[in-house]
Amino acid sequence: MTVARFWRKIPQRYNMIGTRCENCGRHFFPPRTFCPDCRRSGRIVDHKFAGSGEIVTYTVIHTANEQFEAFTPYVLAIVKLDEGPRMTAQIVCRPDEVKIGMRVKSVFRRIATDGESGIIHYGTKFVPVK
Amino acid sequence: MRDVAVIGVGCTTFGEKWSSGFRELFIEAGALALEDAQLSGEKIDAMYVGNMSAGRFIEQEHIGALIADYAGLATHHIPSTRVEAACASGGLAFRQAVIAVASGMEDIVVAAGVEKMTDVEPGASTDTLTGAADREWEGFVGATFPGLYAMIATDYMHRYPLTREQLAQVAVKNHYNGARNPIAQYQQEITIDTVLNSTMVAEPLRLFDCSPITDGAAAVIVAPLSRAREFTDTPIRVLASAQASDTITLHDRRDISTLDATVAAGQRAFRMAKLAHKDIDMVEVHDCFSIAEICAIEDLGFCRKGEAGKFTADGETALGGRIPVNTSGGLKACGHPVGATGIKQVYEITQQLRNDAGKRQIDDAKIGMTHNVGGTGATAVVHILGRC
Ligand SMILES: [Zn+2]
Repeated sequence: MTVARFWRKIPQRYNMIGTRCENCGRHFFPPRTFCPDCRRSGRIVDHKFAGSGEIVTYTVIHTANEQFEAFTPYVLAIVKLDEGPRMTAQIVCRPDEVKIGMRVKSVFRRIATDGESGIIHYGTKFVPVK
Repeated sequence: MRDVAVIGVGCTTFGEKWSSGFRELFIEAGALALEDAQLSGEKIDAMYVGNMSAGRFIEQEHIGALIADYAGLATHHIPSTRVEAACASGGLAFRQAVIAVASGMEDIVVAAGVEKMTDVEPGASTDTLTGAADREWEGFVGATFPGLYAMIATDYMHRYPLTREQLAQVAVKNHYNGARNPIAQYQQEITIDTVLNSTMVAEPLRLFDCSPITDGAAAVIVAPLSRAREFTDTPIRVLASAQASDTITLHDRRDISTLDATVAAGQRAFRMAKLAHKDIDMVEVHDCFSIAEICAIEDLGFCRKGEAGKFTADGETALGGRIPVNTSGGLKACGHPVGATGIKQVYEITQQLRNDAGKRQIDDAKIGMTHNVGGTGATAVVHILGRC
């Protein structure tokens, strides 16, 4: 991945900046610049997500793609953010800890490394809320 | 719109075909289909080729022209178009061929599918397949393709009564069928224990819940129904062709355990064919993972949501059951050369409708269905085919 492809997404990946439609109130993460409900009458503005939510479903990845092999086994889940949208993310917890409905909050972590000398990708993971 | 018929079919054997390259694969399938239709190549008016990722698997793009060229048709200058929708590329290529003939624009059209997956390391092929989902917001954070379907399985098993053993039965049944299919990648039967003792890939899915990496190609030829008997005594009529799309990510779906694109395409197909579920004699569904077959038979309406586990365990989807599913062995046992799979499904249903399916033949098969999915359900394409 080139630096630009990654850098372009930094506000979203590091700070959970998404968007919101002022016309209907729907939130979008990752950001959309076009509201599927309001279409041309939608008014899209930036929105910083609080980063809290709950687990909708999950898996524990044992066989990973190349850039993630060093991390196995790791917990991957779909998280429903409190503002509404759902996203896919890793959960920083033991595989036997994860449960559907578990409350989680976002943290900023290393996601993957592109080869031995490649750039290190950071982004959002979630941790359980005790 | 004109009625359309399948007049010829061909398929390579599926597997890890170390001695065959991309070009040898599609030429073999195409030649078999032409021979089947007793047709010479210069009669072909157009081609559609389903292919997911030659760019990453063999570093070759521009597949449409390449195939027309190697089929010996460069001097005929026919239109030849690559069609891509990840694992549904083949099903879409078939649909494009059907539309071309139905519209009256073309008469004799080849729909082919090909994928050469074993020329890259397994890690690279797995990563390429992740591109069928959302690279930026699924693949980037560590999702694998099996991992996404595993999250469907977790959600499903949380909400509905599906046991791990019932899920394994999908693979057991498909291997039983594959053992009766001469083109299948795996021709040996397995037991529930084979599945339960295989390597964990993404919980709760194990290696034998997953379709393999496969090389293969398939081709079918379609023509106006009114001309079909010029080429074959057993034309197969296309009764419906339907396609639907949905969100690219799994997390944005209305319901994690329902493929709404499958529901939409299935309903449209039944409506177009003016048929009901009881009219379908067998169906080839997209079982890229065991849980995908469970969802498919429910989303197509062959049983109610939450009941497919018991339905499968009771043998209703086996050869001789109420609705035999994946008589070819499905993606699991027949193999899954992604771009070719949708065409292979049409090949299998044609074999069944012609009474050519050998040891896996369904008695008095009159009408069959194919169901091909791209990604985790962002594309679905359904066809209904019938004996004339
Ligand atoms: Zn809106």
